[in-house]
Amino acid sequence: MPESYALTESTYYILLSLLKPQHGYGIMLMTEKMSHGRIRLAAGTLYGALNALCDKGWIIQLPVEDGSRKKEYKLTDAGRTILAKEVARLRELADNGERILKGE
Amino acid sequence: MERNTIRKWFWVWEFDKEEAWLNGMAQNGWVLESVGFCTYHFVKCEPGEYNVRLEMHGYDESYIQFMQDTGAEFVGRMVAWIYFRKKTTEGPFDLFSDIDSRIDHLNKIGRVLGIIGTANLLIGIMNSFNPVVNIGWINLLCATLLMYCLGRIHGKKEALEKERLLHE
Repeated sequence: MPESYALTESTYYILLSLLKPQHGYGIMLMTEKMSHGRIRLAAGTLYGALNALCDKGWIIQLPVEDGSRKKEYKLTDAGRTILAKEVARLRELADNGERILKGE
Repeated sequence: MERNTIRKWFWVWEFDKEEAWLNGMAQNGWVLESVGFCTYHFVKCEPGEYNVRLEMHGYDESYIQFMQDTGAEFVGRMVAWIYFRKKTTEGPFDLFSDIDSRIDHLNKIGRVLGIIGTANLLIGIMNSFNPVVNIGWINLLCATLLMYCLGRIHGKKEALEKERLLHE
């Protein structure tokens, strides 16, 4: 899939949540908080997305520390680039929407 | 602890109906405790204490671990189907939150049905040529039924894909 494709909302918020290492439940909480409760990632959806993002190399799974059984994930440089491009794309969408609705 | 066992049959494409029925039981104070073939074992709970969810998922210990980390309890497995429950006080409980992952789930079910269906078809054809015992029709009947299931799953998928053209 070309990387110019839009990210899904779930993917976007998962990537945003992973600037600092975070485990699955942490991602769910952060996403809900950032979207003011609008997006609640379901665990099955999140699990599938995390695996797909690891395969893409946009995030990595951190080595599991002793005493902790929860897997943590973190954004990679490649993921960061994708995220920056997506923010620019979203800005274009929002700018165009606002401009046209205002009737300029 | 008061317990209750119910035998009930659901077709593969009725997994959402099955889930709704299990949640109805939980609303009435009976939460799923374990599962068997067409058999559901319940234990008494407070009405509405739990939400129950099910999905088709292969053997994947790390997935079950992941679900448990988010506060869900693993109830059991019946072949490829896994059952979870979560206390309503622990927050809302869904397995899928977007159209894509729902489509993925239906694809997964479709693949399994397709493989078993094709296997039955092939075995059925081979058995039809067996001059001693003619039991090929059993496999052919199974294959027909499985293909029908596949069609129902495909219908559900198409509805979601239509939605996906406009929404996420």
